[in-house]
Amino acid sequence: MILTALDYRPGIIVLLPLIASCLIYVLGEHIRPNYREAITFAAAFPMAALVYSMIPAALAGKEIGFTLLEIVKGVPLQFSVDAAGMIFACVASTLWIVTSCYSIGYMRGHGEKNQTGYYSAFAMCLTATMGLCFSANLLTFFIFFEVLTVATYPLVVHYRDEEGTRSGRKYLAYTLISGQLFFAGIVILYSFTGRMDFVPGGFVNTGDIPMPWMLAVFILMIGAGIVKAGVMPLHSWLPAAMVAPTPVSALLHAVAVVKAGAFCTLRVVLYVFGPEAARFCHGSEILAWMAVATILISSLIAIRKDNLKARLAFSTVGQLSYIILGIAILSPFAATGALYHIVAHAFMKITLFMCAGAIFVTTHRKNISEIIGIGRQMPVTMTCFTLASLAVAGFPFFVGFTSKANIIMGAISMGQPFFVATLIVSALLALTYLMPVVLLAFKRDFYNSQFPVKKEASLPMLIPIMFTAACSLILGVMPNFGLHLYDLAAMAGNAIFGLSL
Amino acid sequence: MKNLPAYIVLLPLCSALLSLALSKIHKHLGRDVVFGALAGSLVLSVVQLVRVIQNGPIHYVFGGYKIPYGIEFSVDTINAVIVIMVCTLGVLSCLFAFNFDKNGDALQVGGAYTMHALLVLGMVGMTMTGDVFNLYVFLEITSLTAYCLIAMGGSRGIVSAFRYLLVGTVAATFYLLGVGILYSVTGTLNMSDMAACLKQGNNDSAMLMAMMFLIAAFGIKMALFPFHGWQPSAYTHAHTGARPLIAGAMGKIPAYAMFRYLYCIYGKDFKYFRYVLLIIGVISVCGMIYGSVRAMAQKDIRKVLAYSSVAQIGYISLGFAIGSPLALAGAFLHMLGHAFMKGGLFFAAGAISWKYGTFDLNDFGRIYKKMPFTAGLLTVGALSMIGIPPTVGFFSKWYLACGAAQTHEYVYIFVLVLSSLLNAVYFFKVIEKVFVQADKNRKPLHPEGKGVTEAPITIMIPVVTCILMILLLGVFNVKVIDILLISLKGVAL
Repeated sequence: MILTALDYRPGIIVLLPLIASCLIYVLGEHIRPNYREAITFAAAFPMAALVYSMIPAALAGKEIGFTLLEIVKGVPLQFSVDAAGMIFACVASTLWIVTSCYSIGYMRGHGEKNQTGYYSAFAMCLTATMGLCFSANLLTFFIFFEVLTVATYPLVVHYRDEEGTRSGRKYLAYTLISGQLFFAGIVILYSFTGRMDFVPGGFVNTGDIPMPWMLAVFILMIGAGIVKAGVMPLHSWLPAAMVAPTPVSALLHAVAVVKAGAFCTLRVVLYVFGPEAARFCHGSEILAWMAVATILISSLIAIRKDNLKARLAFSTVGQLSYIILGIAILSPFAATGALYHIVAHAFMKITLFMCAGAIFVTTHRKNISEIIGIGRQMPVTMTCFTLASLAVAGFPFFVGFTSKANIIMGAISMGQPFFVATLIVSALLALTYLMPVVLLAFKRDFYNSQFPVKKEASLPMLIPIMFTAACSLILGVMPNFGLHLYDLAAMAGNAIFGLSL
Repeated sequence: MKNLPAYIVLLPLCSALLSLALSKIHKHLGRDVVFGALAGSLVLSVVQLVRVIQNGPIHYVFGGYKIPYGIEFSVDTINAVIVIMVCTLGVLSCLFAFNFDKNGDALQVGGAYTMHALLVLGMVGMTMTGDVFNLYVFLEITSLTAYCLIAMGGSRGIVSAFRYLLVGTVAATFYLLGVGILYSVTGTLNMSDMAACLKQGNNDSAMLMAMMFLIAAFGIKMALFPFHGWQPSAYTHAHTGARPLIAGAMGKIPAYAMFRYLYCIYGKDFKYFRYVLLIIGVISVCGMIYGSVRAMAQKDIRKVLAYSSVAQIGYISLGFAIGSPLALAGAFLHMLGHAFMKGGLFFAAGAISWKYGTFDLNDFGRIYKKMPFTAGLLTVGALSMIGIPPTVGFFSKWYLACGAAQTHEYVYIFVLVLSSLLNAVYFFKVIEKVFVQADKNRKPLHPEGKGVTEAPITIMIPVVTCILMILLLGVFNVKVIDILLISLKGVAL
């Protein structure tokens, strides 16, 4: 990317959580927990403010950023701000504040151990995520991608027990193998094209790489993204990682990790290969059909899960494949929808997870069959849960509708009726697996002696839940509210396909 | 400062001679002298690198005898950098050894530091020399001191040292045979002179014969698969104070000598050059996989690290086998990086054993609670071994892979990928032990309070320095690569 204005803000944004992470690791055991959490917030608020401050520049289409140093011979460590990265950065930085607030309520309410390591690793994940958002070339991107892989590991094994260890190994096996193949793909691509920088619409020409190799490189490179995004059949680390505490699930599913996978796929397909080359090597077709299969199968599995968090995890697997499908359709509408679904899914799914966590902390119950009638005890939580469920199902006036409508329009414009049908069927399936929870919680017939009195979770948990639920409603009615996220998504979608606004 | 290369060798030599005598006066006087001398060498070697970058290669002739009759030290940017690496590790492990010389009488303690200084001297000499027979002399100094230091590690150390002695003697003999063949063909022992003579004559089969002997000789010395048999037990049972130096630096110097023979003396015009590279490539690949597979099965962290060295030395020789400028630069970056990784990991393991007297991984359970810094640094070192950015392990792998892509040897890229994943298996096993699994009842050797108690500062300085070097070499790798490429341009494929 050609930079029009030198700006160090992306660098500061990456550095803030890094410093916080080191400080927490070093000081965490020696200072009072309140001070330790203050470090998190001292990094989170300025970071979010800095991210928001760059929105006007991104909206104006200015390329701002800076080059730090030559990281390997011929490739700089470069940060720049574009619309697509901006969307992900806004979501992650906003939700870091939300999750941190929620974490305090959850971790203390639940008397968790190893909290210092938890907050430190969490901040490290944010460093990596911000780095991903603002990376201007593949190598910079890869560096932060691997840092994210490693920084998430301590969170997955948080409980330090048998099951956590096993999940941690599974997580590492999936992500490290795919990461190393990504590395091989980058090297081979670089040796053929000699380029690394992200360009809207991609820089790979159809003649650059001989055909069977091109598909091989494409598959190597999207592998890492689709593993993190939980596309079937490479998803099984994600439900296994549910053993970690709920805020970690929120991070994995909403703030950083799976989104990083989707974002990685976006960058590789649309900013490296570009629509033309992706279509030429048939890579996008493979990707789209994998996404379709994932959407349908994961919803069917979700219906069968009694554990609430497991059901939500499979819902994430399906929802993330919306993004992948949106990318793979290769049309401006679908790309816009995919980008906006990063926002939409983040707010909906984090609400659902935080509700599940709130229920767990107050009642110590994990299964849906055990929380029948919970609506009487926790009406606010369950109301938020209902709103988020409707959003996931893609009801109009909820945030999930905007993104899905765009993806459907993209599918129609590309003449793909089967994709349209898939999206509609999956919306119905989402209703099937989320609505029973709501009904069982609220139906008067099910009110019983288990949950006689009104008792919500503590305020640090309740406020974030209400905030994100409100966001998924407001952003559904006014997609541009506040941060202009829809405009950014549309800008990125148009830039990729070379259209002007 | 005309005699700069000579001083770098002479300082450790003098301190080695003094150390024994001075330790008669006071038990710890010898070690201070050795430490000072090694630190002096380090400073001089940095000065030397600066001069080489500014003024080009140094050709220092001992005693004023004319080349090719006299002994020459020829220093270019590559070996200037390697000398710095050796001296740094020498100084750090000398500092580290302070904590492990409480037992033994004055003669034993002083003797250990004498050997330490001589080992550094041998490695530095081997790196800088421009004379094939002089290289043999320094090779023997290195080997003999290493035998001593390994034998100082107790009863099992003696057995390991004897085993290494037998194999190492074979290696030295092979080396002499190779040199003998080359001498009979060229009639000279000076490296650049020999290179010129070999280019003129038509002695390809004799050269091939000599090369096979040399590969076997250096293969044994650098513990390249399948010549590595002596190495795991030697690294495991060596004197604790010397282990990081032996494991970190000792394997790299024969590798550099092999590079010299391959690219500086033989050169790409050698008729069978491609075949020789292919042979080296194949054994490197086998070594990378074999070493990692064996490392997975080990329970002793010293053995894990030793077998991992078998794999990692394969990266370096793989770079030689690929032979493009980037791959060679990557091989040397890995040489530097791996020296600090392995050194740092052995220092960290030493810190843990200083406190708990154990190297058994099963006793490492959740050791981060007591030693969070050591655990954190150990993790960074392990991640570098796997090749996770931004550590140097990733970048050397990057250059190796790019070099392989330049010469269209894509198989090597996938071998690198596979090797990283195998590394990940056993290094994450170590990380898992340190952070996740429940602690066993460790008994501290030294009285410790509640909460965090790290090892003493003389152990922590080497650990921190090595890990910092890993990160610095990683982030500023382009500077190092530029320096290396100055000298690599002429010789690479």
